[in-house]
Amino acid sequence: MTAPLLSLRGISKSYGQIHANQDIDLDVAPRSIHAILGENGAGKSTLMKLIYGLEQPDAGTVNWKGEPLALASPADARRKGIGMVFQHFSLFETLTVVENVRLVVPGRKSDLAQGISKLGRDFGLEVDPFAHVHALSVGERQRVEIIRCLMTQPQLLILDEPTSVLPPQSVEKLFETLRRLRDGGVSILFISHKLDEIRAVCDRATILRGGRITGNVDPRDHDAHDLARMMIGRDMLQPMPAVAHSGGEKRLEIVGLDHRPDDPFAAALSDVSLTVRAGEILGIAGISGNGQSELAALISGETMLPREKSQRIFMMGKDVGALDAAARRRLGFAFVPEERLGRGAVPEMSLVLNSLLTAHPSGLLRRGLVDTARAKAFTEECVRQYDVRTPGPEAEAGALSGGNLQKFIVGREIMLSPKLLFVAQPTWGVDVGAASAIRQRLVALRNEGMAILVISEELEELFELCDAIQVIHQGRLSAPLVTRDTRPEEIGRYMIGAHSTAEKIPA
Amino acid sequence: MNASLRLSLPVLVRRESASPAIKLVAPAVALGLATLLNLGLYMLMGRDPGAVFHAMLLEPFLSWTSFSEVLLKMGPLLLIAQGLAIGFRAKVFNIGAEGQFILGAIFASAIPIWFPQATGQWIWPAMLILGALGGALWASITAFWRVRLNANEILVSLMLALVAAQLLNYLLLGPWKDPAGFNFPQSVMFQYDAMVPILIPGTRVNVSLLIAFAFSVAAWIFMQRSFAGYKLQVGGLAPRAAGYAGFSEGRAIWLSLLVGGFAAGLAGAAEVAGPLGQLQRSISTGYGYAAIIVAYLGGLHPIGIIFSALLMAALYIGGDNAMVSANLPIAAVRVFQGSLLLAYLVAIAFVRYRFEWRQAAQGNAP
Repeated sequence: MTAPLLSLRGISKSYGQIHANQDIDLDVAPRSIHAILGENGAGKSTLMKLIYGLEQPDAGTVNWKGEPLALASPADARRKGIGMVFQHFSLFETLTVVENVRLVVPGRKSDLAQGISKLGRDFGLEVDPFAHVHALSVGERQRVEIIRCLMTQPQLLILDEPTSVLPPQSVEKLFETLRRLRDGGVSILFISHKLDEIRAVCDRATILRGGRITGNVDPRDHDAHDLARMMIGRDMLQPMPAVAHSGGEKRLEIVGLDHRPDDPFAAALSDVSLTVRAGEILGIAGISGNGQSELAALISGETMLPREKSQRIFMMGKDVGALDAAARRRLGFAFVPEERLGRGAVPEMSLVLNSLLTAHPSGLLRRGLVDTARAKAFTEECVRQYDVRTPGPEAEAGALSGGNLQKFIVGREIMLSPKLLFVAQPTWGVDVGAASAIRQRLVALRNEGMAILVISEELEELFELCDAIQVIHQGRLSAPLVTRDTRPEEIGRYMIGAHSTAEKIPA
Repeated sequence: MNASLRLSLPVLVRRESASPAIKLVAPAVALGLATLLNLGLYMLMGRDPGAVFHAMLLEPFLSWTSFSEVLLKMGPLLLIAQGLAIGFRAKVFNIGAEGQFILGAIFASAIPIWFPQATGQWIWPAMLILGALGGALWASITAFWRVRLNANEILVSLMLALVAAQLLNYLLLGPWKDPAGFNFPQSVMFQYDAMVPILIPGTRVNVSLLIAFAFSVAAWIFMQRSFAGYKLQVGGLAPRAAGYAGFSEGRAIWLSLLVGGFAAGLAGAAEVAGPLGQLQRSISTGYGYAAIIVAYLGGLHPIGIIFSALLMAALYIGGDNAMVSANLPIAAVRVFQGSLLLAYLVAIAFVRYRFEWRQAAQGNAP
């Protein structure tokens, strides 16, 4: 094997109690496309930040072309020949392509424009140097980012989940560019959790799980199933199809919902169908960014469907697609959003005023004026019942810890005694004791006949709570899997989109 | 070298919760700062800062005559600022109160100009109501485009203020010009019943000041006690929380602009039906813009605005004094107003932030 271009030995990095990277060894060969594979939170991003000089490791050594390397900043990294393209672009939309490049690369405008055109021809990165960035598609913007990196002539290019922002037809074009770059002498670190892509384009894959390396393989020698096992850490089995649930009445029904958001970074939903019945908890699993937040906003009414798209979302039997959030709540819907500050609660307002946000119809108003006494009583009740640790009901919501604020919001929504409760990430950042209290509460409410929908990234939580689980992947929702007949490993396969490639697993 | 440079630069750090003490002190600090800054400026201009200070900030309060003029100016400032503050709390930035003020004056003037012979105590109240509707109507153009096309309300309302000024010019140079007015661009003088009754005998202070105070009380109830006011504030502080709760953004924009336009129109009507007694080109001396400063200086709080309106009115009168007695250019008052707002915006940042003098991070470099 040739001497590695970049070589990491025993790299560790901790943030407080969290060990983001532990004892990482990594060799990137010259002229190779090297995948870094792992679930969200496995430590991929931290590792890349260490390599790009955004963070300094606590321990370990880095060698670059055989010489020890200590980077103080990304500028330092660029001087050494390491470039990085982030998932979210850092381009000025009102400037042209060449002006954006010029902010990083010194030189005359005409020379730079020529350089951009030449790179475009050589590597399939065609883009008009004089076009304004706001007029470019997402794929073209990514090309501009890559070109801007290439103008500094790097030997190593880091791409952070480059395909997550691209439509499928642009992905193959990007891969072609990456192959040409590799053949032109640039090594590429390719961060992803999409197995098919890695198998399609990478020469080498290093797999991370919980901050440690769990595999270092040639991805072409392994099928998606093998890679997934290294990534998730358990074996996987064929999922069992669900038996149709025939419980109580339908409280939420979504039928073949397609939705393409205006935001180019948001995930599009296609053909999403689900049903939540009274006395049932349905869970939605999936790696974040696969359409959960878009789906949540469509259900809550924060995103409304255009009137011509009717008969898609039903609550308590009514077509609610074109109703706003308040109208849906009047039907008996309550919602705990993923973001607590600024969405589920107003940080600058007191808890009493935050009670008012959604609980105002439960007798907290009198002739259009706020009934302060009753709002305070409601808040105190919520604080007491849900064990919210706070100096008092007049404390600002922003001053509460994340877990306590979550308890407050969950409590507030449950106290509305809704017919349909929708909870996104019920226990994020909540301590263990309180988390299990929230879960028990949800199950108790289910037994009393409430219909509950839960979105979570924690599989164990979903298994503890749900009667059935559906998995969201790239904006598509799997069929419901009955929890008691399903193992977490099966859900995991759906989460990474591997269920369509591996038909049968040899015993 | 780099490290020592970093050592001397304080960093703004967000406080865990807003400091109520600084919220109260900020306007006073801002006034002090602006005063010092401007006195320095006057010194550079070769004026005696002591004399200017006396003329500008003390004289308005020293005689009953000048103080009554302060109260007269306070009326429109208070009204407009209370209306604007409601919108500003919802982060709907109506910058065109000046235009709504002019439309209010025009609408109110329609009655005495079209019916110069009419008599009866119904005339002045009808003028005030018509003026308020005119202001709201003018603001509704801004609201319509903002809600329909997401056209920025700052630009639309500001540009409509210029349109309003031209509309006034047209009326005064054309159809509404006083035929016996020696071709001056002004309307006929209004009849007695078209004038708002005087409140304090011997002065020009009229009933519209009482209306402004009543409006302040209503604004206080609306913002501090009513659910509709609460919804506006949520929309301003956390738009996503408003969307989550299902508070309509469009409704907030309409309400904010209509209330602001209503108040400004009312102020415009009270001006022509009060001290002026006719429609003129110079009906407003920038009340619509000064009221923006009044609203912010009062912390966008109905009670704070009463004090800031008084202060700003005193500055108007004091500025006039200083122009005469200390030979100060007319722009000096505007500069004072502007620097006052600037100083306040700086001071108010410390309600939620504080300085922290950081040591250079040494552990970072390996």
